[in-house]
Amino acid sequence: MSATGQSADAVKIPPPAAEAPAAGAKRRFVADARTFVRETDRRAFLRRALAGYEATRDTQKARYRDWEQARDAANLAKWNAVNRLDEMLVRFAEAFEAGGGKVHWARDAEEARGIILGIVRDCGARAIIKSKCMTSEEIHLNAALEAEGYGVVESDLGEFIQQLRGEPPFHFVFPCMHVLRGEISKLFEEHLGSAPTNEPEELTMIARRHMRRLYVEADVGITGGNFLVAETGQISITENEGNARLTAALPRVHVALVGIEKCVERLDDLAVLLPMLATAGTGQPLTCYNTLYGGPRRPGETDGPREMHVVLLDNGRSAILADPEQRDSLQCIRCGACLNVCPIFKNVGGFTYGTTYQGPIGSVITPHLRGLADWNHLSQASSLCGACTDACPVRIDIHHHLLHNRRNAVRGTPSRLGRAAHRAFAFVAARPRLFALGGALFRRTLWLAKRLRPPPLSAWLATRDLPRPPARSFREQWRSRPLPALASAPAARERP
Amino acid sequence: MNARDTILARVREALSVEGPGPHQRAGDKAGHGHPPAAPVRGALPVVALEAARPWLPDGGATPEERAAILEGNLARLKAVLHRVPTLHRARDLLFALARERDWKRVAWHAEALVEALLPGIPCALHRVDAPAGPAADSAAGKDALESCDAGITACEALVAQTGSILVSSATCGGRSLSVLPPVHVVVASPGQIVATLADALDLARDRHAGAMPSMLSFITGPSRTGDIERILVLGAHGPKELIVILVDDVGS
Ligand code: SF4
Repeated sequence: MSATGQSADAVKIPPPAAEAPAAGAKRRFVADARTFVRETDRRAFLRRALAGYEATRDTQKARYRDWEQARDAANLAKWNAVNRLDEMLVRFAEAFEAGGGKVHWARDAEEARGIILGIVRDCGARAIIKSKCMTSEEIHLNAALEAEGYGVVESDLGEFIQQLRGEPPFHFVFPCMHVLRGEISKLFEEHLGSAPTNEPEELTMIARRHMRRLYVEADVGITGGNFLVAETGQISITENEGNARLTAALPRVHVALVGIEKCVERLDDLAVLLPMLATAGTGQPLTCYNTLYGGPRRPGETDGPREMHVVLLDNGRSAILADPEQRDSLQCIRCGACLNVCPIFKNVGGFTYGTTYQGPIGSVITPHLRGLADWNHLSQASSLCGACTDACPVRIDIHHHLLHNRRNAVRGTPSRLGRAAHRAFAFVAARPRLFALGGALFRRTLWLAKRLRPPPLSAWLATRDLPRPPARSFREQWRSRPLPALASAPAARERP
Repeated sequence: MNARDTILARVREALSVEGPGPHQRAGDKAGHGHPPAAPVRGALPVVALEAARPWLPDGGATPEERAAILEGNLARLKAVLHRVPTLHRARDLLFALARERDWKRVAWHAEALVEALLPGIPCALHRVDAPAGPAADSAAGKDALESCDAGITACEALVAQTGSILVSSATCGGRSLSVLPPVHVVVASPGQIVATLADALDLARDRHAGAMPSMLSFITGPSRTGDIERILVLGAHGPKELIVILVDDVGS
């Protein structure tokens, strides 16, 4: 499916990059960022939408009796599970199998795809319905199923729109937040034969009507999972539309593909984490449907799948766990809050990252999942303002981890030039006269550069201004500062 | 080594290097830049989570407070709440709804409170857990439910704190009844209102000790989406309308 519905006023979108091979990732980042930055209309639209998110979220946050303490509790619950992950996984798997479900373990993407293809083949499935599942994006599951001839339909509205557009999600919580209603109308007209409309409500109903038969006819439903409860062996799924509920109710087989880091120890932990996820993610008191699945339908229940499988996916997560400094990034509950407040995300957009998980948290974990050498540039995609860390409901130290990745990248490949420059600086900085001379020289060079704009500096200056060099150095200014404050200080101390 | 053992071995190996403790930084508004607290080893103290309860939104201390908070939350969620004194009045209300919306067929499940409302309803009925007829999970059963105008269910509990309705696959007519028809009507009594999510989870655990239903679902308002330009639309895939009928005196 390559057609993208573009209305006359539609701005061009950078091509999908989630499939992008590692090599050249940085070059593509720069090119895509440049393209998106020029799309002023789309960026303004994105900013408006995210300003709306912040307002709703703040209203809901105000209903907490103490949001900061609640963040502590959420952090503690996830910290506990991540730091005892082996025990949690064993307990979860035992409890889940006791409920009649089957647990599969997948070391990497290929193994996970193989397991799911096997399940689908074994039950003689033809039609597959999916609800939103980022892990399946991570392992490129749809492509693998389609290659084997299975029809796969994304049921989440945003994911469905992205599927029709042939694009990966733009944002891992709001998959099509960059698409305008006119484009969606065009898209539905083309693929579903619906009449054009400008009403989001009508567009939603077109998708609803289209999907209903598909739920009833699907043989297998594939979902993700937000939490794995070790105590009870249940999988918790959070969603707003009801599509995951239907996906796990009507088909005769239910497969949940979940990352191993999703564990929590107790059912009670969800009493904190579910509201925090909803409030941080979308500003809701609780997401519309929060559902716990403990296995296939039990004797005496009227409906539900006959088989339930959970695929526990490692795919690099244990490598993050092995880095104690950044271990807490596995506590992420994928609420998306860090993307929503990130000045870089707002300006470069989700596709530019070229990753399954966009934004600040994606920039932290992708280098671990896919290689630091090729993905280190993501840690530069930050102003280090810390807005992400402030927004995170489980208190992950996101922006410091970006710094850690920068440090690790340099440590891995020490540049001779960099080391020489540091040595030279250390030499100069330890000699005050030399330092003053260097400063004076630099001020003059800056002044000259500002006037003459020689290449290659001219290219950099095309979109930026150089600061005006100060006439005097800091030390000169300090020496000639007025002194009243200092003069009165001893007097104040002498007073009885 | 099989995949399970490999993954567990990787995890154990990774955790053999001790990491920093949890980030407990309440009181520090910026929330970053502080060294993490000392590591806490072993099981998480239960008390930490018990203590979290008072920080979350309030669920009310008395039945009156809980009912008032629930009402406020349901209104904000765009769910409809009717509080009626008797089953008789609940029946009148339901019949009026059926007539007004011109419901052709309504799905239900055998539960005392639901059953009490149905005799005489001016539309056809479809019982999802009927002993005879097509099984609910057969193609015919799914089609039958899909063509209903509304589904009526009981619930396990109502949560004041979040405005949620807890349904289960064991006691509320299975998995589809509360989500497939375009209108979901819940019949409950005020005694089923609990203060918080934690209370509702405790209740479910106690009630189903040892044999949890295969599905427990907190329904918080009618189905919704904001996927198109972040504009709220109700009735994405689940019910467009959620109607809660609270019957004060269920003995009547
Ligand atoms: S890092 Fe924190 S804010 Fe970002 S998605 Fe994960 S939990 Fe949410």
